Amino acid sequence: MTCDICGKKKATVHLTEIVDEQMSEMHLCEECARQKSTQMEQQFGLADLLAGLSDTSKAPASKEGEKNTLKCPRCGLAYEDFRKFGRLGCGECYTSFKEHLTGLLRKIHGSNQYLGKTPSGYQQNQMAALPEGTIALLPSENLSGLKQQLHAAIAAEDFEKAAQIRDKIRNMEKNQ
Amino acid sequence: MRIEELLNHTGEWLRGTGPSAHIVMSSRVRLARNLQAWTFPGKSGKKDLEAILKAFEEVVNRLSALKGSTLFQMTELDQVDRQLLVERHLMSHEHASNPEGKGLLVTAEEVVSIMVNEEDHLRIQVMRSGLNLSEAWDIINAIDDALAHELAFAFLPSWGFLTACPTNTGTAMRGSVMMHLPALVMTKQINKVLAAISKLSFASRGFYGEGTQASGNFYQISNQVALGHSELDIIQNINGLIRQVIEQEEQARQALALQNKPMLEDKVCRSFGLLKTARIISSQEAIELFSMVRLGLDMGILKHVDHKALNELFIMIQPAHLQKIEGKKLNAFERDTKRAAVIRQKLGGRDV
Repeated sequence: MTCDICGKKKATVHLTEIVDEQMSEMHLCEECARQKSTQMEQQFGLADLLAGLSDTSKAPASKEGEKNTLKCPRCGLAYEDFRKFGRLGCGECYTSFKEHLTGLLRKIHGSNQYLGKTPSGYQQNQMAALPEGTIALLPSENLSGLKQQLHAAIAAEDFEKAAQIRDKIRNMEKNQ
Repeated sequence: MRIEELLNHTGEWLRGTGPSAHIVMSSRVRLARNLQAWTFPGKSGKKDLEAILKAFEEVVNRLSALKGSTLFQMTELDQVDRQLLVERHLMSHEHASNPEGKGLLVTAEEVVSIMVNEEDHLRIQVMRSGLNLSEAWDIINAIDDALAHELAFAFLPSWGFLTACPTNTGTAMRGSVMMHLPALVMTKQINKVLAAISKLSFASRGFYGEGTQASGNFYQISNQVALGHSELDIIQNINGLIRQVIEQEEQARQALALQNKPMLEDKVCRSFGLLKTARIISSQEAIELFSMVRLGLDMGILKHVDHKALNELFIMIQPAHLQKIEGKKLNAFERDTKRAAVIRQKLGGRDV
Protein backbone atom coordinates (compact mmCIF):
# COMPACT_ATOMS: atom_id res chain seq x y z
CA MET A 1 0.00 0.00 0.00
CA THR A 2 1.38 3.43 -0.91
CA CYS A 3 0.94 6.64 1.00
CA ASP A 4 -2.35 8.50 0.38
CA ILE A 5 -0.63 11.89 0.42
CA CYS A 6 2.62 11.57 -1.52
CA GLY A 7 1.61 8.42 -3.40
CA LYS A 8 5.24 7.30 -3.48
CA LYS A 9 6.44 5.79 -0.25
CA LYS A 10 5.02 2.78 1.52
CA ALA A 11 2.22 3.55 3.98
CA THR A 12 3.20 2.43 7.47
CA VAL A 13 0.92 4.67 9.55
CA HIS A 14 -2.82 4.11 9.49
CA LEU A 15 -5.05 6.88 10.71
CA THR A 16 -8.76 6.67 11.41
CA GLU A 17 -10.61 9.96 11.65
CA ILE A 18 -14.12 10.24 12.99
CA VAL A 19 -15.94 13.43 12.09
CA ASP A 20 -19.65 13.61 12.91
CA GLU A 21 -19.76 9.83 13.27
CA GLN A 22 -18.40 9.46 9.71
CA MET A 23 -15.31 7.30 9.77
CA SER A 24 -12.57 7.71 7.20
CA GLU A 25 -9.23 5.95 6.95
CA MET A 26 -5.91 7.31 5.77
CA HIS A 27 -2.75 5.38 5.02
CA LEU A 28 0.41 7.43 5.26
CA CYS A 29 4.16 7.02 5.03
CA GLU A 30 6.21 8.00 8.08
CA GLU A 31 7.17 11.38 6.66
CA CYS A 32 3.67 12.50 5.63
CA ALA A 33 2.27 11.19 8.92
CA ARG A 34 4.67 13.38 10.84
CA GLN A 35 3.55 16.43 8.85
CA LYS A 36 -0.07 15.54 9.30
CA SER A 37 0.33 15.20 13.05
CA THR A 38 1.96 18.64 13.30
CA GLN A 39 -0.97 20.05 11.35
CA MET A 40 -3.46 18.37 13.63
CA GLU A 41 -1.71 19.63 16.72
CA GLN A 42 -1.89 23.13 15.33
CA GLN A 43 -5.57 22.75 14.63
CA PHE A 44 -6.64 21.10 17.82
CA GLY A 45 -3.94 22.01 20.31
CA LEU A 46 -4.78 22.01 23.97
CA ALA A 47 -3.71 25.63 24.03
CA ASP A 48 -6.60 26.64 21.81
CA LEU A 49 -8.98 24.65 23.87
CA LEU A 50 -7.76 26.32 27.02
CA ALA A 51 -7.83 29.72 25.39
CA GLY A 52 -11.42 29.06 24.38
CA LEU A 53 -12.29 28.09 27.90
CA SER A 54 -10.72 31.10 29.53
CA ASP A 55 -12.38 33.41 27.03
CA THR A 56 -15.80 32.32 28.09
CA SER A 57 -14.91 32.04 31.75
CA LYS A 58 -15.88 35.06 33.74
CA ALA A 59 -12.40 36.08 34.63
CA PRO A 60 -13.01 39.49 36.14
CA ALA A 61 -12.74 41.58 33.04
CA SER A 62 -9.65 43.58 33.48
CA LYS A 63 -9.47 46.09 30.68
CA GLU A 64 -7.86 44.79 27.52
CA GLY A 65 -4.58 46.65 28.03
CA GLU A 66 -4.34 45.35 31.57
CA LYS A 67 -4.72 41.74 30.51
CA ASN A 68 -1.92 42.02 28.00
CA THR A 69 0.62 43.17 30.50
CA LEU A 70 -0.18 40.79 33.35
CA LYS A 71 3.01 38.88 34.13
CA CYS A 72 4.16 36.43 36.77
CA PRO A 73 6.84 38.22 38.80
CA ARG A 74 8.75 35.04 39.52
CA CYS A 75 9.16 33.32 36.16
CA GLY A 76 8.24 36.20 33.88
CA LEU A 77 5.47 34.31 32.05
CA ALA A 78 2.98 36.72 30.48
CA TYR A 79 -0.67 35.79 30.90
CA GLU A 80 -1.07 36.20 27.15
CA ASP A 81 1.53 33.47 26.61
CA PHE A 82 -0.31 31.15 28.96
CA ARG A 83 -3.41 31.72 26.86
CA LYS A 84 -1.48 30.89 23.71
CA PHE A 85 0.42 27.83 24.88
CA GLY A 86 -1.69 26.53 27.75
CA ARG A 87 1.22 25.98 30.14
CA LEU A 88 2.06 27.81 33.36
CA GLY A 89 5.66 28.66 34.19
CA CYS A 90 5.97 28.12 37.96
CA GLY A 91 4.01 27.59 41.16
CA GLU A 92 3.68 31.29 41.67
CA CYS A 93 1.82 31.74 38.35
CA TYR A 94 -1.16 30.31 40.22
CA THR A 95 -1.17 33.33 42.53
CA SER A 96 -0.20 35.83 39.86
CA PHE A 97 -3.06 34.76 37.58
CA LYS A 98 -5.40 33.71 40.35
CA GLU A 99 -8.36 35.77 39.16
CA HIS A 100 -8.22 34.20 35.71
CA LEU A 101 -7.44 30.68 36.83
CA THR A 102 -10.31 30.42 39.30
CA GLY A 103 -12.89 30.34 36.51
CA LEU A 104 -10.73 28.25 34.20
CA LEU A 105 -10.10 25.51 36.78
CA ARG A 106 -13.79 25.32 37.53
CA LYS A 107 -14.53 24.92 33.82
CA ILE A 108 -11.95 22.17 33.40
CA HIS A 109 -12.68 20.15 36.53
CA GLY A 110 -16.28 21.07 37.27
CA SER A 111 -15.12 22.29 40.68
CA ASN A 112 -12.30 24.32 42.10
CA GLN A 113 -12.31 22.83 45.53
CA TYR A 114 -9.25 20.76 46.42
CA LEU A 115 -10.05 17.59 48.34
CA GLY A 116 -6.87 15.58 47.87
CA LYS A 117 -3.91 14.83 50.09
CA THR A 118 -1.56 17.33 51.72
CA PRO A 119 2.13 16.55 51.14
CA SER A 120 3.75 15.04 54.21
CA GLY A 121 5.66 17.67 56.13
CA TYR A 122 4.02 20.45 54.11
CA GLN A 123 4.21 23.08 56.87
CA GLN A 124 7.67 22.33 58.18
CA ASN A 125 9.77 22.17 55.08
CA GLN A 126 7.98 24.95 53.23
CA MET A 127 10.95 27.27 53.63
CA ALA A 128 13.73 24.92 54.62
CA ALA A 129 14.16 23.32 51.21
CA LEU A 130 14.66 26.59 49.39
CA PRO A 131 18.19 27.16 48.19
CA GLU A 132 19.70 30.51 49.05
CA GLY A 133 18.70 33.36 46.83
CA THR A 134 15.45 31.90 45.52
CA ILE A 135 12.22 33.71 46.15
CA ALA A 136 10.00 32.13 48.75
CA LEU A 137 7.28 30.29 46.95
CA LEU A 138 4.42 30.39 49.38
CA PRO A 139 2.66 33.02 47.30
CA SER A 140 0.63 34.55 50.09
CA GLU A 141 3.88 35.31 51.90
CA ASN A 142 5.62 36.77 48.91
CA LEU A 143 5.69 40.53 48.51
CA SER A 144 5.91 40.71 44.74
CA GLY A 145 3.20 38.08 44.43
CA LEU A 146 0.95 40.10 46.70
CA LYS A 147 1.57 43.26 44.72
CA GLN A 148 0.63 41.46 41.55
CA GLN A 149 -2.54 40.24 43.23
CA LEU A 150 -3.26 43.79 44.30
CA HIS A 151 -3.02 45.01 40.72
CA ALA A 152 -5.26 42.21 39.55
CA ALA A 153 -7.85 42.98 42.23
CA ILE A 154 -7.83 46.68 41.34
CA ALA A 155 -8.12 45.91 37.65
CA ALA A 156 -11.06 43.67 38.50
CA GLU A 157 -12.57 46.47 40.60
CA ASP A 158 -12.72 44.13 43.56
CA PHE A 159 -11.88 46.89 46.04
CA GLU A 160 -12.76 44.96 49.16
CA LYS A 161 -10.21 42.34 48.28
CA ALA A 162 -7.71 44.95 47.16
CA ALA A 163 -7.94 46.58 50.57
CA GLN A 164 -7.22 43.25 52.29
CA ILE A 165 -4.19 42.65 50.12
CA ARG A 166 -2.98 46.23 50.67
CA ASP A 167 -3.09 45.66 54.43
CA LYS A 168 -1.14 42.43 54.07
CA ILE A 169 1.53 44.22 52.04
CA ARG A 170 1.76 47.03 54.62
CA ASN A 171 2.19 44.50 57.41
CA MET A 172 4.86 42.67 55.51
CA GLU A 173 6.77 45.83 54.68
CA LYS A 174 6.60 46.94 58.30
CA ASN A 175 8.14 43.64 59.40
CA GLN A 176 11.03 43.81 56.98
CA MET B 1 20.76 -1.76 35.14
CA ARG B 2 21.68 -1.28 31.50
CA ILE B 3 19.12 -0.75 28.74
CA GLU B 4 20.03 -4.11 27.18
CA GLU B 5 19.04 -5.93 30.38
CA LEU B 6 15.49 -4.72 29.90
CA LEU B 7 15.26 -6.89 26.80
CA ASN B 8 15.50 -10.14 28.77
CA HIS B 9 12.10 -9.68 30.32
CA THR B 10 9.09 -7.34 30.29
CA GLY B 11 7.46 -5.36 33.08
CA GLU B 12 5.89 -7.24 35.96
CA TRP B 13 2.59 -5.57 35.05
CA LEU B 14 2.38 -7.70 31.89
CA ARG B 15 2.20 -11.00 33.76
CA GLY B 16 -1.44 -11.38 32.68
CA THR B 17 -2.99 -12.22 36.05
CA GLY B 18 -4.84 -10.22 38.70
CA PRO B 19 -8.45 -9.07 39.17
CA SER B 20 -10.50 -9.19 35.94
CA ALA B 21 -7.35 -9.95 33.92
CA HIS B 22 -9.55 -11.54 31.22
CA ILE B 23 -10.67 -8.04 30.23
CA VAL B 24 -8.35 -5.63 32.03
CA MET B 25 -4.74 -5.90 30.92
CA SER B 26 -3.21 -3.40 33.32
CA SER B 27 -3.84 -0.49 35.69
CA ARG B 28 -1.72 2.61 36.03
CA VAL B 29 -1.69 5.55 38.43
CA ARG B 30 0.43 8.62 37.83
CA LEU B 31 1.12 11.73 39.90
CA ALA B 32 2.58 15.02 38.70
CA ARG B 33 4.76 16.91 41.18
CA ASN B 34 6.80 20.09 40.95
CA LEU B 35 9.56 21.29 43.24
CA GLN B 36 8.73 24.68 44.63
CA ALA B 37 12.32 25.87 44.58
CA TRP B 38 12.43 25.90 40.77
CA THR B 39 10.30 27.18 37.90
CA PHE B 40 8.58 24.42 35.87
CA PRO B 41 10.76 22.59 33.29
CA GLY B 42 9.27 24.55 30.37
CA LYS B 43 10.49 27.77 32.00
CA SER B 44 13.85 26.43 33.21
CA GLY B 45 17.15 26.64 31.36
CA LYS B 46 19.58 23.79 30.80
CA LYS B 47 21.59 24.56 33.96
CA ASP B 48 18.47 24.54 36.13
CA LEU B 49 17.19 21.30 34.61
CA GLU B 50 20.52 19.65 35.35
CA ALA B 51 20.45 20.97 38.92
CA ILE B 52 16.93 19.58 39.40
CA LEU B 53 18.00 16.18 38.07
CA LYS B 54 21.01 16.22 40.39
CA ALA B 55 18.89 17.17 43.41
CA PHE B 56 16.46 14.36 42.58
CA GLU B 57 19.28 11.85 42.21
CA GLU B 58 20.65 12.71 45.65
CA VAL B 59 17.24 12.27 47.23
CA VAL B 60 16.64 8.94 45.48
CA ASN B 61 19.95 7.58 46.79
CA ARG B 62 18.72 8.21 50.33
CA LEU B 63 15.25 6.66 49.91
CA SER B 64 14.71 3.03 50.81
CA ALA B 65 11.38 3.09 48.93
CA LEU B 66 13.28 3.39 45.63
CA LYS B 67 16.17 1.07 46.41
CA GLY B 68 17.55 -0.91 43.49
CA SER B 69 16.23 1.51 40.89
CA THR B 70 18.16 2.96 37.95
CA LEU B 71 18.23 6.59 36.91
CA PHE B 72 18.80 6.99 33.18
CA GLN B 73 20.11 10.34 31.93
CA MET B 74 18.34 10.93 28.63
CA THR B 75 21.35 12.66 27.05
CA GLU B 76 23.41 9.51 27.57
CA LEU B 77 20.99 7.34 25.58
CA ASP B 78 20.69 7.20 21.81
CA GLN B 79 17.41 7.63 20.00
CA VAL B 80 16.60 3.89 19.75
CA ASP B 81 17.26 3.39 23.49
CA ARG B 82 14.96 6.26 24.36
CA GLN B 83 12.31 4.89 22.01
CA LEU B 84 12.65 1.52 23.75
CA LEU B 85 11.74 3.12 27.08
CA VAL B 86 8.69 4.73 25.44
CA GLU B 87 7.62 1.40 23.97
CA ARG B 88 7.76 -0.19 27.42
CA HIS B 89 5.26 2.43 28.68
CA LEU B 90 7.91 3.78 31.05
CA MET B 91 7.88 7.30 29.62
CA SER B 92 6.21 9.59 27.08
CA HIS B 93 7.10 10.35 23.45
CA GLU B 94 7.67 13.94 24.52
CA HIS B 95 10.30 12.79 27.03
CA ALA B 96 12.24 10.97 24.31
CA SER B 97 12.14 13.71 21.69
CA ASN B 98 14.03 16.42 23.55
CA PRO B 99 16.53 14.75 25.94
CA GLU B 100 18.30 17.77 27.42
CA GLY B 101 18.22 17.82 31.24
CA LYS B 102 15.76 14.93 31.36
CA GLY B 103 15.97 11.72 33.37
CA LEU B 104 14.01 8.52 33.94
CA LEU B 105 14.04 6.43 37.08
CA VAL B 106 12.94 2.80 36.74
CA THR B 107 12.63 0.23 39.53
CA ALA B 108 13.80 -3.36 39.08
CA GLU B 109 10.54 -4.92 37.89
CA GLU B 110 9.35 -1.78 36.09
CA VAL B 111 6.54 -1.33 38.59
CA VAL B 112 7.54 2.28 39.30
CA SER B 113 8.96 4.83 36.91
CA ILE B 114 9.60 8.53 37.41
CA MET B 115 10.13 10.97 34.55
CA VAL B 116 12.26 13.91 35.64
CA ASN B 117 11.80 17.24 33.85
CA GLU B 118 9.08 16.28 31.45
CA GLU B 119 6.22 18.81 31.49
CA ASP B 120 6.43 18.78 35.30
CA HIS B 121 9.54 18.20 37.43
CA LEU B 122 8.37 14.73 38.44
CA ARG B 123 5.89 12.40 36.77
CA ILE B 124 5.61 9.32 38.97
CA GLN B 125 3.81 6.25 37.66
CA VAL B 126 2.98 2.82 39.04
CA MET B 127 1.77 -0.04 36.83
CA ARG B 128 -0.05 -3.19 38.02
CA SER B 129 -1.42 -6.22 36.24
CA GLY B 130 -5.22 -6.57 35.97
CA LEU B 131 -7.75 -4.19 37.55
CA ASN B 132 -5.69 -3.05 40.49
CA LEU B 133 -5.79 0.74 40.82
CA SER B 134 -6.08 0.61 44.61
CA GLU B 135 -2.84 -1.30 44.96
CA ALA B 136 -1.15 1.04 42.47
CA TRP B 137 -2.40 3.97 44.54
CA ASP B 138 -1.02 2.49 47.78
CA ILE B 139 2.41 2.09 46.21
CA ILE B 140 2.51 5.51 44.60
CA ASN B 141 1.13 7.22 47.70
CA ALA B 142 3.97 5.79 49.80
CA ILE B 143 6.58 6.91 47.27
CA ASP B 144 5.02 10.36 47.09
CA ASP B 145 5.12 10.63 50.90
CA ALA B 146 8.75 9.56 50.99
CA LEU B 147 9.71 12.10 48.32
CA ALA B 148 7.71 14.88 50.03
CA HIS B 149 9.82 14.40 53.15
CA GLU B 150 12.90 15.31 51.17
CA LEU B 151 11.59 17.75 48.56
CA ALA B 152 9.19 20.66 49.03
CA PHE B 153 6.47 20.35 46.39
CA ALA B 154 4.65 23.30 44.81
CA PHE B 155 1.33 23.09 46.63
CA LEU B 156 -1.49 25.37 47.73
CA PRO B 157 -4.04 24.17 50.29
CA SER B 158 -6.82 25.69 48.17
CA TRP B 159 -5.80 24.21 44.80
CA GLY B 160 -3.59 21.26 45.67
CA PHE B 161 -0.55 20.31 43.63
CA LEU B 162 0.48 22.95 41.13
CA THR B 163 1.27 21.68 37.63
CA ALA B 164 2.33 23.21 34.33
CA CYS B 165 -0.98 22.30 32.70
CA PRO B 166 -4.15 23.37 34.53
CA THR B 167 -5.90 20.16 33.49
CA ASN B 168 -3.75 18.40 36.13
CA THR B 169 -3.99 20.98 38.91
CA GLY B 170 -5.31 19.52 42.16
CA THR B 171 -4.62 15.87 42.89
CA ALA B 172 -2.43 15.89 39.72
CA MET B 173 -3.39 12.22 39.61
CA ARG B 174 -4.48 10.19 36.64
CA GLY B 175 -5.69 6.64 37.00
CA SER B 176 -5.98 4.64 33.81
CA VAL B 177 -6.96 1.13 32.91
CA MET B 178 -6.08 -0.77 29.72
CA MET B 179 -9.11 -2.78 28.61
CA HIS B 180 -9.52 -5.41 25.93
CA LEU B 181 -13.02 -5.07 24.45
CA PRO B 182 -13.22 -7.23 21.32
CA ALA B 183 -16.79 -8.42 21.84
CA LEU B 184 -18.10 -4.86 22.25
CA VAL B 185 -16.34 -3.98 18.99
CA MET B 186 -17.62 -7.05 17.14
CA THR B 187 -21.20 -6.49 18.31
CA LYS B 188 -20.86 -2.80 17.29
CA GLN B 189 -21.63 -1.46 20.74
CA ILE B 190 -18.25 0.09 21.40
CA ASN B 191 -19.09 3.61 20.18
CA LYS B 192 -22.09 3.73 22.48
CA VAL B 193 -19.90 2.69 25.41
CA LEU B 194 -17.14 5.18 24.57
CA ALA B 195 -19.67 8.00 24.17
CA ALA B 196 -21.06 7.23 27.62
CA ILE B 197 -17.55 7.22 29.05
CA SER B 198 -16.71 10.64 27.64
CA LYS B 199 -19.97 12.08 28.97
CA LEU B 200 -18.81 11.05 32.45
CA SER B 201 -15.56 13.03 32.09
CA PHE B 202 -13.40 10.03 31.40
CA ALA B 203 -11.12 9.78 28.39
CA SER B 204 -10.38 6.80 26.17
CA ARG B 205 -7.19 6.29 24.16
CA GLY B 206 -5.35 3.60 22.23
CA PHE B 207 -2.87 1.06 23.58
CA TYR B 208 0.13 3.21 22.82
CA GLY B 209 -1.02 6.22 24.83
CA GLU B 210 -1.95 9.82 24.29
CA GLY B 211 -2.71 10.74 20.69
CA THR B 212 -2.83 7.16 19.42
CA GLN B 213 -5.91 5.53 18.02
CA ALA B 214 -7.34 2.42 19.55
CA SER B 215 -6.07 -0.66 17.78
CA GLY B 216 -6.65 -4.36 18.22
CA ASN B 217 -9.67 -3.64 20.40
CA PHE B 218 -7.57 -2.17 23.21
CA TYR B 219 -8.83 0.92 24.98
CA GLN B 220 -7.22 2.89 27.76
CA ILE B 221 -9.74 4.60 30.02
CA SER B 222 -8.76 7.31 32.48
CA ASN B 223 -10.15 10.07 34.70
CA GLN B 224 -10.06 13.69 33.57
CA VAL B 225 -10.75 15.73 36.68
CA ALA B 226 -8.34 16.49 39.52
CA LEU B 227 -10.36 18.91 41.66
CA GLY B 228 -13.55 18.34 43.60
CA HIS B 229 -12.67 14.76 44.53
CA SER B 230 -10.06 13.07 46.71
CA GLU B 231 -7.63 10.60 45.15
CA LEU B 232 -9.47 7.61 46.61
CA ASP B 233 -12.79 9.01 45.39
CA ILE B 234 -11.43 9.29 41.87
CA ILE B 235 -10.10 5.73 42.00
CA GLN B 236 -13.43 4.42 43.25
CA ASN B 237 -15.21 6.28 40.45
CA ILE B 238 -12.93 4.74 37.82
CA ASN B 239 -13.36 1.30 39.38
CA GLY B 240 -17.14 1.68 39.32
CA LEU B 241 -17.10 2.67 35.67
CA ILE B 242 -14.65 -0.07 34.68
CA ARG B 243 -16.79 -2.72 36.40
CA GLN B 244 -19.75 -1.66 34.30
CA VAL B 245 -17.73 -1.85 31.10
CA ILE B 246 -16.43 -5.31 32.14
CA GLU B 247 -20.02 -6.45 32.61
CA GLN B 248 -21.01 -5.17 29.17
CA GLU B 249 -18.03 -6.88 27.54
CA GLU B 250 -18.85 -10.15 29.33
CA GLN B 251 -22.45 -10.00 28.11
CA ALA B 252 -21.30 -9.29 24.57
CA ARG B 253 -18.90 -12.28 24.73
CA GLN B 254 -21.74 -14.54 25.85
CA ALA B 255 -23.92 -13.23 23.05
CA LEU B 256 -21.17 -13.93 20.50
CA ALA B 257 -20.74 -17.49 21.77
CA LEU B 258 -24.49 -18.12 21.62
CA GLN B 259 -25.00 -16.59 18.19
CA ASN B 260 -22.36 -18.37 16.23
CA LYS B 261 -19.74 -20.27 18.16
CA PRO B 262 -18.19 -22.07 15.17
CA MET B 263 -17.59 -18.75 13.41
CA LEU B 264 -15.92 -17.29 16.51
CA GLU B 265 -13.77 -20.39 16.93
CA ASP B 266 -12.76 -20.21 13.31
CA LYS B 267 -11.74 -16.57 13.62
CA VAL B 268 -9.69 -17.25 16.76
CA CYS B 269 -7.94 -20.32 15.41
CA ARG B 270 -7.17 -18.74 12.02
CA SER B 271 -5.63 -15.77 13.83
CA PHE B 272 -3.44 -18.11 15.87
CA GLY B 273 -2.44 -19.97 12.73
CA LEU B 274 -1.46 -16.76 10.97
CA LEU B 275 0.68 -15.61 13.88
CA LYS B 276 2.48 -18.97 14.03
CA THR B 277 3.27 -19.08 10.32
CA ALA B 278 3.45 -15.53 8.91
CA ARG B 279 6.79 -14.36 7.47
CA ILE B 280 5.96 -10.64 7.10
CA ILE B 281 3.61 -8.85 9.46
CA SER B 282 2.82 -5.19 10.28
CA SER B 283 2.29 -4.16 13.89
CA GLN B 284 -1.31 -3.24 13.12
CA GLU B 285 -2.08 -6.73 11.78
CA ALA B 286 -0.18 -8.38 14.63
CA ILE B 287 -2.14 -6.51 17.28
CA GLU B 288 -5.46 -7.36 15.67
CA LEU B 289 -4.50 -11.05 15.60
CA PHE B 290 -3.22 -10.91 19.22
CA SER B 291 -6.60 -9.55 20.18
CA MET B 292 -8.38 -12.56 18.66
CA VAL B 293 -5.99 -15.06 20.27
CA ARG B 294 -6.38 -13.34 23.59
CA LEU B 295 -10.17 -13.50 23.28
CA GLY B 296 -9.88 -17.20 22.38
CA LEU B 297 -7.82 -17.84 25.50
CA ASP B 298 -10.17 -15.93 27.77
CA MET B 299 -13.21 -17.76 26.36
CA GLY B 300 -11.60 -21.19 26.61
CA ILE B 301 -11.41 -21.70 22.82
CA LEU B 302 -7.60 -21.91 22.94
CA LYS B 303 -5.91 -23.60 25.86
CA HIS B 304 -2.25 -24.04 25.22
CA VAL B 305 -1.11 -20.46 24.75
CA ASP B 306 0.91 -18.69 27.40
CA HIS B 307 -0.96 -15.53 28.46
CA LYS B 308 2.24 -13.89 29.59
CA ALA B 309 4.04 -14.62 26.32
CA LEU B 310 1.16 -13.04 24.44
CA ASN B 311 1.26 -9.92 26.64
CA GLU B 312 5.02 -9.62 26.21
CA LEU B 313 4.63 -9.68 22.45
CA PHE B 314 2.66 -6.42 22.59
CA ILE B 315 5.84 -4.74 23.80
CA MET B 316 8.40 -6.75 21.81
CA ILE B 317 6.94 -6.21 18.33
CA GLN B 318 7.50 -2.44 18.41
CA PRO B 319 10.25 -0.89 16.24
CA ALA B 320 12.90 -0.07 18.87
CA HIS B 321 12.53 -3.49 20.53
CA LEU B 322 12.90 -5.30 17.21
CA GLN B 323 16.01 -3.26 16.41
CA LYS B 324 17.55 -3.91 19.82
CA ILE B 325 16.86 -7.64 19.53
CA GLU B 326 18.42 -7.69 16.06
CA GLY B 327 21.27 -5.45 17.19
CA LYS B 328 21.08 -3.05 14.26
CA LYS B 329 18.89 -0.50 12.52
CA LEU B 330 16.02 -2.00 10.49
CA ASN B 331 13.86 -0.36 7.83
CA ALA B 332 10.08 -0.81 7.77
CA PHE B 333 10.22 -3.96 5.64
CA GLU B 334 13.00 -5.54 7.68
CA ARG B 335 11.02 -4.80 10.84
CA ASP B 336 7.94 -6.56 9.44
CA THR B 337 10.08 -9.63 8.76
CA LYS B 338 11.80 -9.56 12.13
CA ARG B 339 8.44 -9.03 13.84
CA ALA B 340 7.01 -12.15 12.23
CA ALA B 341 10.09 -14.14 13.33
CA VAL B 342 9.85 -12.93 16.95
CA ILE B 343 6.15 -13.84 17.07
CA ARG B 344 6.70 -17.31 15.57
CA GLN B 345 9.40 -18.03 18.09
CA LYS B 346 7.45 -16.76 21.07
CA LEU B 347 4.24 -18.62 20.19
CA GLY B 348 6.05 -21.85 19.41
CA GLY B 349 5.32 -21.80 15.71
CA ARG B 350 7.33 -24.41 13.84
CA ASP B 351 9.21 -23.40 10.78
CA VAL B 352 7.14 -25.32 8.25
